[in-house]
Amino acid sequence: MRFSGSATYVTTRDLNLAVNAAITLQRPLLIKGEPGTGKTMLAEEVAAALGMPLFQWHIKSTTKAQQGLYEYDAVSRLRDSQLGEARVADIGSYIVKGVLWQAFECETASVVLIDEIDKADIEFPNDLLRELDRMEFFVYETRQTVRARQRPVVVITSNNEKELPDAFLRRCFFHYIRFPDKETMQSIVDVHFPGLKPALLREALEVFFELREIPGLKKKPSTSELLDWLKLLLAEDIPPEVLRSKEQKAAIPPLHGALLKNEQDVHLFERLIFMARHNR
Amino acid sequence: MLIDFFLHLKASRLPVSIQEFLTLLEALRQHVIAHSIDDFYLLSRAVLVKDESHFDKFDRAFGEYFKGVEALPGMEVLIPEEWLRRAVKKHLSDAERARLEKLGWEKLMETFRQRLAEQKERHSGGSKWIGSGGSSPFGHGGTHPEGIRLGGRSENRSAVKVWERREYRNLDDSVELGTRNIKVALRRLRRFAREGAAEELDLEGTIAGTARNAGWLDLKLRPERHNAVKVLLLLDIGGSMDDHIRVCEELFSACRSEFKHLEHYYFHNCVYDYLWRDNRRRHSERIATHDVLHRYGNDYKLIFVGDASMSPYELLQPNGSIEFNNVEPGAAWLRRLADTWPHSIWLNPEAEHSWPYRQSTSLIHNLLGGRMFPLTLDGLERGMRLLSK
Repeated sequence: MRFSGSATYVTTRDLNLAVNAAITLQRPLLIKGEPGTGKTMLAEEVAAALGMPLFQWHIKSTTKAQQGLYEYDAVSRLRDSQLGEARVADIGSYIVKGVLWQAFECETASVVLIDEIDKADIEFPNDLLRELDRMEFFVYETRQTVRARQRPVVVITSNNEKELPDAFLRRCFFHYIRFPDKETMQSIVDVHFPGLKPALLREALEVFFELREIPGLKKKPSTSELLDWLKLLLAEDIPPEVLRSKEQKAAIPPLHGALLKNEQDVHLFERLIFMARHNR
Repeated sequence: MLIDFFLHLKASRLPVSIQEFLTLLEALRQHVIAHSIDDFYLLSRAVLVKDESHFDKFDRAFGEYFKGVEALPGMEVLIPEEWLRRAVKKHLSDAERARLEKLGWEKLMETFRQRLAEQKERHSGGSKWIGSGGSSPFGHGGTHPEGIRLGGRSENRSAVKVWERREYRNLDDSVELGTRNIKVALRRLRRFAREGAAEELDLEGTIAGTARNAGWLDLKLRPERHNAVKVLLLLDIGGSMDDHIRVCEELFSACRSEFKHLEHYYFHNCVYDYLWRDNRRRHSERIATHDVLHRYGNDYKLIFVGDASMSPYELLQPNGSIEFNNVEPGAAWLRRLADTWPHSIWLNPEAEHSWPYRQSTSLIHNLLGGRMFPLTLDGLERGMRLLSK
């Protein structure tokens, strides 16, 4: 069981190593990185590559740790009791299983994705410490202990909006997805657009990396934005010459809205171009 | 041998724990990696370092420890020109840059590269080599008028290492402070209370009530939870604070959305008889500090924001204010404020290590019983922790 990227997902050596170490030692793997560098995709690809089912848990600011284990649907039970339904007697029929419970119950080993853990409350990771460590939890309502049949591979992503507690970090493996360099980016694009004209790709990458180097951008364009932009370039059938335009370096790249998502960034960019024109 | 490695990391002030070290040994025992130093580097980083801001420190510590075993992969001595330019822009004033022309940019860079190539060892002092201290035009903390300060803060103990390609360098920075970060820090201050009209369904209460009612539905409602922390913000404005306006604005906008009861007033350098709310009408619409003292209860948390840089006279002498003739010295006012609101802190946008060198800063520091914190994320955290006690 070794993960080494897939046909649609380009990985680097350090990422493979981190994933494999986490699988071998059965520890959660914490993934950080710039938005749009494929953190969430990783869990899907690991699951696909290893042929395991994937359980996804997307975290919001209101998510509670308990919801990943189970929830007791007291309101339905209350309503049913008013109607005199028979199943009211069994509290078990009002326990709604959460993502982790489903994964623990799974016959085969599975992959659990806890997406954007930093969105939740500061205490959220602490509430999951024991559950992720021992891979078991206790259901208070039915007095049963749920234990994982096969320890799932847990992938956790974070956008760094909050600091995660030390006790939680100590139990994880950590990998920071760095922004890909030009070669890696080339292979990523190759995987997504196999038939892309080399000329167009070269020019597009040039423009893209130049754009990322503009100081002061609020949100630098990332891999997923590059892929979107290429898709647009292809759809609009824009010839590579338009992108090259070394003399008209001062020209705004076509469809730049796919790359710059922030109004201030677009303004900054246009101002720089205006200045560049002026200095010529 | 790995115990030494672990202790070396610890000595390099990386937050590594025994548990993580055991995990690393376990991983080695299970043959996660082949026998290669590159793989070991990647594995130990994944196991031991949990924050990309520590990657740089780890790279250095790892390199130091395994020096001689094999050079760290991908390390080369090369300075990107772009970076140099930015460093020059950042660290030199216009006048200095003009003076730099004396030596000439191209020539300076050329000499710099040359020296760097010649230089093999870490260097400190002296007048030719690049290093820390000294009077060569290149390096850190130098005195040469045309010198370029390179390599950032004092924690770069060896300047040469700074040039080895350390890709995570720009992540290792605790000064970066965005509105979002401040909000996270301020969240510590939140305390929830239930007040007002009952309009939220109290599930537990309803269930308990219904059970007591022998199964007949007994709906219980309760007021919504909301933030009950009250904050009084006093901001220094103008003068020496101009450099820090951006940080303060961010703090202010973060405060705005985070607290329900937030009152703010401005002062200049130190608090005296009057405060004001709108800086443009500071002379026409000002409020006596005494009124402020009486208006807000002592459950308010008081946060000063200011660089505390002023002449000591402004603090200690009557009539010391640069704006008007104050009867009482600023220190008396500060003490009065701190007594009225026991939960008070002072946030200082100046770097913490510079405080002891400013007389007024250490005076205020003492006046507030040491409750002064730098306006960085870490400082905010410490301050908020104190306030929420």
